[in-house]
Parts: sequence; C-alpha cells; structure tokens
Amino acid sequence: MKVEELYQEIILDHYRAKHHSGLRGPYEAEVHHVNPSCGDEVTLRVHLDGDTVADVSYEGVGCSISQASTSVMSDLVIGHPVEHGLDLHREFLQLMQSKGEIEPDEDRLEDGIAFAGVAKFPARVKCALLGWSAFKDAVIQAGGVPR
Amino acid sequence: MSSDVESAQQLPEYPETVSKGQVEPLADEPIPFDVEIIRGDFPILERTTPAGGPLVYLDSANTSQKPRVVVEAMEDHYLNHNANVARAMHLLGAEATEAFEGARARVATFVGAAQSEEVIFTKNASEALNLCAHTLGAALKPGDEIVISVMEHHSNIVPWQLLAQRSGATLRWFDVTEDGRLDLDAAAAEGLINERTKIVSLTYVSNVLGTVNPITQIAAAAHAVGAVVVVDASQAVPQLAVDVRTLGADLVAFTGHKMVGPTGIGVLWGRYDLLAELPPFLGGGEMIEVVKMTGSTYAPPPHRFEAGTPPIAQAVGLGAAVQYLSEIGMDAIAAHEAEITAYALKGLATVDGLRVIGPNEPVDRGGAISFTLPEIHPHDISQLLDSRGVAVRGGHHCARPLHERFGIQSSTRASFYLYTTRAEVDALIDGLEYTVRFFGGAR
Ligand SMILES: Cc1ncc(COP(=O)(O)O)c(C=O)c1O
Repeated sequence: MKVEELYQEIILDHYRAKHHSGLRGPYEAEVHHVNPSCGDEVTLRVHLDGDTVADVSYEGVGCSISQASTSVMSDLVIGHPVEHGLDLHREFLQLMQSKGEIEPDEDRLEDGIAFAGVAKFPARVKCALLGWSAFKDAVIQAGGVPR
Repeated sequence: MSSDVESAQQLPEYPETVSKGQVEPLADEPIPFDVEIIRGDFPILERTTPAGGPLVYLDSANTSQKPRVVVEAMEDHYLNHNANVARAMHLLGAEATEAFEGARARVATFVGAAQSEEVIFTKNASEALNLCAHTLGAALKPGDEIVISVMEHHSNIVPWQLLAQRSGATLRWFDVTEDGRLDLDAAAAEGLINERTKIVSLTYVSNVLGTVNPITQIAAAAHAVGAVVVVDASQAVPQLAVDVRTLGADLVAFTGHKMVGPTGIGVLWGRYDLLAELPPFLGGGEMIEVVKMTGSTYAPPPHRFEAGTPPIAQAVGLGAAVQYLSEIGMDAIAAHEAEITAYALKGLATVDGLRVIGPNEPVDRGGAISFTLPEIHPHDISQLLDSRGVAVRGGHHCARPLHERFGIQSSTRASFYLYTTRAEVDALIDGLEYTVRFFGGAR
C-alpha cells in the first residue's frame, strides 16, 4: 500500500484550504463528535431550510483525512435536499467499509472519491467518517429526518 | 477488618520447593551491553515491511517487544507443566504452582521487595491502580484529599476520579512547568500536600514527557502528613533499576508487557504491613480463607487480592523477562536508554519547526520523546513514518489532560528500549524530514 494512495492531492488541497469552515448561525442543531482513539474532534452545525440543507459550518482539530473529509462533505450537502445528503452519507460509509473493493461514483461523490484509498487503511477509516457522522447526527437532532 | 489482620499472620500453603520471602540475586556478573547481540534475542526485529525495508520499532513505551526466552518459557509452561495453581493436588498442579510462585519471587527480587508476599499479580498496571483506589478508598470520607498530577496516564487519573465521586473526597493535582517537570514550587505555595491529604499517586516516569519525577522527595512530604504514596512505575521499571526499599512509595504498580514480558499481567508491589490492613478488591476463588453463607474471611496478601485463576503462563513469562533484564543489567539498560535518548534529542532538534514536549535535556529523563510539527497532525506524521517502516505513536497517549495543559490536542511519540540503535533514530529523523517536505512542500 503506497502512502500516496492515501494522501491524494485533492485531500491535501482541502486540508490546506477547508471549505465552509468556521461556526456560523443560524443553525438548528450543533453536535460535537470525537474519535476517542485518536482525539480528533469536530463541532458541527446544520441550518435547515425546509427540506434543504441551507448551511453546514464546523470547527475541528484533527488529521488531514478528517479535516479534508469534513470539507468535502460540506461541499456535497450544502444547498441540496436533506435526503440527498443522507444518501451520500450512506454511499460514503459503504465506500469506507469496502476495504477498497468498491469503485466510487464520481458523479455523486465528486471530490469524495479521493478518499477511496483510505478504505485500504483501516486505522484511518474513522478519521474520514468523523465529519459525515457528525452531519448525520446534527440533521437528526435538527428534526430533518422523519422518525 | 480485624479478621483480615488476624488472617494475615497465617501464610498460605505452598509446595515445599517455593522459597518464601527470600531475596536471591537473579544474575551474577552482568554481561557487557551489546545492542546487536540483544537484537538477536528479539526475532521480530528482523522483520521487514511489505515494501521490503527494515522495521524500525520506536513504540516501546506503548508495548515492548519480547525476547525469545520469554516466549519459550511460556510455551514450555503450556506444553509441559500446565495446570491450575494452588488448588490442584497433583504433579502438574504442584509444578504450575511452583512456577507461578517462583515467578512472584523473581519479580520481588527484581524490584527489591523484602518478601515475595509483597508482590500481587494483576492483569495490568491499570488494574493494579484500580486495586489501590478501591482498597485505599474504603477509608476515605468527604474532606479528605487525593493528590495526583496533570502528567498522569488516564490509568492513574480515572480510578481516582471515580474514588472521589464514591467517597466525596477531593481530587487535587500537581501542575507541570513549561519544560515538563512537576511544578513543586506551585504545589508548595498552594499547600497541595497538607494534613487533609490521604493519598498521593504519581507516575515515576511520564509516558509522554519522559520526565523522571522526584518520587522519594515527594513521598517524604506525603508521609509527613500521614498520606499513603502510590507510584505508577509502568514506564520506570522497564528502564531504570527500581528499588522499592529506597523509593519511598507504599504501593508501586507496573505492567508486564512494557518490560519485555507478556500482555495480560501487571504487578502491584505493596509494603506488607499496609497490604495486610487493606480490604479485598475483587471477590472470588483463591482470595478467601473461609467462606460461609453468612460471611467470609480473606486470605492474607498477596492472595487476598488475586481472585480467580491468575495469569499463570503470563507470570511465568514475566519471570523469564525479569531474569533476562537482570542478566543484561538494569544499570546498563538505563545507560543505553539515556545515551539513545540524548542522541535522539540532538537529532530531533535539527528538524525544522519541531517542538519537543517535555525536557529538552537528557537529565532525569526517560526514553520517550513526544513532539509536534507545525501544521502537521500526529496521525499524518505517524502514517508517513509508517510508510517508511518507522513505528511511532500519534495521539494523546492516554494523557489528554497533559496535552491540554500544553495547549495541544495530540503529539507524536518516539520511544526507545534496550534494542534501539542509533541507525533507527537516524531513520526517524530522515522520515520526519520527508514528512515535512510531503506536507509542507506545496504550502
Ligand atoms: C505511565 C503509564 N501508566 C499506566 C499505563 C497502563 O498500562 P496498562 O495498559 O498495561 O494497564 C501505561 C501504559 O499504557 C503507562 O504508560
């Protein structure tokens, strides 16, 4: 496993210049997620406008993978229906659990396909999922998911 | 508790061959220290990475590698002497009991215990510290104080937090100075150790900073106010010649897997008269004297604190480990550790932007060095190093409060042991320079 497979240029770019970062209002829910094994943390807010994710804002400390993944996630979900964001969460989760055996769908996951290599580094899968899990949790807390 | 004290007078029955309370030297003349010969004892160090390069293991503070003699001692035990201990009245039972109690005697000798009954086997250091918190804690009440430090491993924080919650006692702690030493002046100024202090529990050597703490001095202050002194020696016993008779502590915890022994076994050494006063920790087989439905009496130390079938093969492995360390000589191991740490500190100082968390000078310092690189997360550092076969640890190393104290979330730690070479330190420095280029280049 070459380490370059893990650290795709796209990932490093997002890490160096995170999209949508910083905490903003208005928001309906704020969550704090931690990866206890490594200490990566993210605080994330969602603002819903009806069925649409109007904004995702966040602040975190963590490795390049967790930071870049959160940045990519925010690009993918902001301005789209909540349902779409949760579908993407499911797809991304599947990709991460695939041990590198799923070909990601670039039309849907866009920059997110850069994380396909992470699936081959089991210790780093949790890093890539941190922001996504926080997003899903925040959407549920904001009442965006019919229970 | 009077029945405990009474029962402490009687000793349990051992096979005749087990020496009780005798301190015999584990090794005669130490052999000259030669790191290449030592490496030959550790087959894993010959491994290569999938890329075909050598494996550079710089994570011994996390767990040490095992010499062949330790693994073989355990294998021989399982294949030729296996039975339960103390309760099997047959040949194998006697052999297993002798091996188990023999290992206890070896460990006792290794740390200078007055008698082998002062050595309690637990499952690891964490359990040993929990044992301390539970048994010492039985007598605590609101208003009493427990003192720890901000540089402790979570294993020496959480059990005391739980005890404080249970008992209503107050948990207080030593701060550290900017260069990672216990802040003794601040502690004196705020009267940290005072007549309300009942327990002082400190690490001997920090697993993050490498700092060696002045245990004997602090223990004297603690004893002057009648407090019991617990020492977490998980990082000390592997690297330093620890002598419990002169250390000043009342209870000392350490863990087998960091001292070339197996996982699954830890040790609590305690002064016998203190142990004899303490109530049991876990209840079960082996720790009792007489069990009646209306109540039970308990075995004297050490068995009072060893409920259930103990880690027998692991004790045998640990016995072989302390024998191995003694043959090489703890003074020689400590000297090597100091030499390699000084070499690494020099090398790390040449890496652009690198900041060592903890003492920068190789004085009163063990062989764990934690550091940060600007803008590069420890996970990314350890991943890049791993891609070059260099194994270090990235994260908070089970010492989150200490990282918070230094205003950081995590760090990267390289740690050394008797088998670490200068060439391995060079590989670390090269790997760090590569990491800085990899992440910093395009910036
Ligand atoms: C200083 C210190 N205390 C306690 C422990 C806990 O040891 P164990 O995990 O074997 O219980 C460790 C190691 O992880 C340590 O470094």
